Amino acid sequence: MKEDLVLPATREATEDAALEPLLEVSGLTKYFPVRGGFPIRRTVGHVQAVDGIDLTVHVAESFGLVGESGCGKSTTGRLITRLLEPTSGSVSYRGQDISHATRKQLAPIRSEIQMIFQDPYSSLNPRQTVGKIISGPMEINGIAPAGGREKRVRELLEIVGLNPEHFNRFPHEFSGGQRQRIGVARALSLEPKLIVADEPVSALDVSIQAQVVNLLQQVQKELGIAFLFIAHDLAVVRHFSQRVAVMYLGKIIEVGDRESIYDRPRHPYTHALLSAVPEVNLMDEEAPQHERIRLAGDVPSPINPPSGCRFRTRCWKAQDKCASEEPPLVRLSGNRSGHLTACHFPEEPTTQGRAEDIVLDPALAALEESSEG
Amino acid sequence: MTSPIDIEGGGTSVVDGEPGPETQPEVKRLQGRSPGQLMWIRFKRDRTGVICAIVVIGYFVVALLAPLLVKLPGTDPYTLYGQDPTYADKPVLDQFGLPLGYLGGVSGDHWFGVEPQYGRDLFAMLVYGMRTSLYMALGITVLVMVTGVVVGLIGGYFGGRTDYWIGRATDFFLSFPQQLFFIAFMPVVTSFFVDPREETPTYFRALAMLIVLWLLGWMGMARLVRSTVLSLREREFVEAAKVSGASPWRIVRKEILPNVVTPILVQFTYTLPSTILSIAFLSFAGVGFVEPTPDWGRLFAAGARYAEQDPAFMFFPGMALVIFVLCFNLLGDSVRDAFDPKSGR
Repeated sequence: MKEDLVLPATREATEDAALEPLLEVSGLTKYFPVRGGFPIRRTVGHVQAVDGIDLTVHVAESFGLVGESGCGKSTTGRLITRLLEPTSGSVSYRGQDISHATRKQLAPIRSEIQMIFQDPYSSLNPRQTVGKIISGPMEINGIAPAGGREKRVRELLEIVGLNPEHFNRFPHEFSGGQRQRIGVARALSLEPKLIVADEPVSALDVSIQAQVVNLLQQVQKELGIAFLFIAHDLAVVRHFSQRVAVMYLGKIIEVGDRESIYDRPRHPYTHALLSAVPEVNLMDEEAPQHERIRLAGDVPSPINPPSGCRFRTRCWKAQDKCASEEPPLVRLSGNRSGHLTACHFPEEPTTQGRAEDIVLDPALAALEESSEG
Repeated sequence: MTSPIDIEGGGTSVVDGEPGPETQPEVKRLQGRSPGQLMWIRFKRDRTGVICAIVVIGYFVVALLAPLLVKLPGTDPYTLYGQDPTYADKPVLDQFGLPLGYLGGVSGDHWFGVEPQYGRDLFAMLVYGMRTSLYMALGITVLVMVTGVVVGLIGGYFGGRTDYWIGRATDFFLSFPQQLFFIAFMPVVTSFFVDPREETPTYFRALAMLIVLWLLGWMGMARLVRSTVLSLREREFVEAAKVSGASPWRIVRKEILPNVVTPILVQFTYTLPSTILSIAFLSFAGVGFVEPTPDWGRLFAAGARYAEQDPAFMFFPGMALVIFVLCFNLLGDSVRDAFDPKSGR
């Protein structure tokens, strides 16, 4: 709220115009009920898919959301586009709370928040032509562009790099990458201000991934669209996003600008995640060695998450305090502004190789010991 | 940065399985054609489908024009040519009540022969019988389909509690032993509306059959549609429509229904012939149409009675039914293929 008090003139003067918040999420929570029992089915627990996350996406900014499978990234995306209704917390778009808005109330905002889906094979209706698919959103929102919808569809197809003459074809006539471009064209058809991209490239071939990511980046820069980019591929997020948040088991554990997260991470989980990215310069002796952390086990069940810090069950620095007290998401000393970490015992802000590798997986440790000895 | 248009290259990877350059002229040709037109083109390319469509339409036309058709030989389905003294100069039956001549008494006046004992004209009985059976069956099938699709769509799309109760209602109706209940309910429904001391009018028999067959017939369709819709509902294109702000009605109509067309059509092509047989069964069991109303199904009941003395009696109605059911099923397959953009025709 304090930001609103800043005069627009001074804001421009400090080149903060781009930092105007577009989407603000606070305390967003989604619990899915788990039903069971016999003979009367009742709610026996909750999957805490998203548990109180805060994030802000600014105008024309690309915000990355990374984490393991099942950590609540996609649920967050679906909550923001209101495909799901949050259990608690708020989602506000340009200051307007949309967290419990009905379909009718959402109608004016619908055209401004769009979504790109993960699976290009299930996100396009096989019975509709490409033209129908792309013009559908315009039809629903009653948008009649100059020159007619068909002309607009051709324009959009050209923007996403497809042949505009293909508007009468069916989705099955296209390859995965082309289908994803159609999905992008559909999202662009309403000229949105924010696009939630839910793992838009993870179902694609690696060679196609780059094309689609470049397309998205071009769209983001040229049309000034803000992106909430959900992915588990760290390299893709690094390429695409200005700011990155790391999620673990329904919570954001670290958030900051790209350089802070990738070069100066503080949370042990971020360290582990980054060290899991395979390195290409293994043979080069001169290259700086990166740290090596191998975690053991799986992500705990979100039905019954660990107390305190959720990462403590797999963390090598965990102490009693971690179990009793949940670490707040705060700026640690030595962090840049905007770089927040939720950890009691943060790591050093470096990804350089350390004296001793951290290998928590007993099987992997044993394997390595035997091969060395 | 490379522009995405350049990334596409020369369009060599434009369409899977087809080399790019060859598709170019086709693209030009396909311009301005709606999916409906494409569907029609696909259907026209299917020879079997077109022939079967002509045959099936022919059946319905014959049934519709039955009063005109019987004018050609100058017969009607009610006159007892073997017993009526008016026709004594042209005997059609011998002293044992069997048709004179070959193939059940085929002649210029009686194209398909005559019925043993009474001497009614089989051609007239068949075309009039087809009229009753086909249009009854069509009406019942359409009602059953519409009910099933609506119930299935509601259950499948809304899910949860709605689906649970609709599912239980479907189970309840399914648990009736159909054949027995047809026979048991027909008199009940009839006596509900008609004084038992009066003669039941024919239109009311038709209505009663319609009600009974409809009430006990929609469940299969509802279950089929429900299961299809359940799987479609979770697909991302439905979510994409929701993100654009589509109303549930629009999602059902534009996103889900076109994808359920295939199972609906297949089910339709199986239900219509089987409904004809159900009506025939009801007539056979004595609760459907009664004498002298001509009915396709009852011709088989009669044919079974005459099989020992006059096996030819069954020939024409039987062939007509076999051809109709065959063509109808093949037509259903072709229409399904035409609806499917992936069928590659």
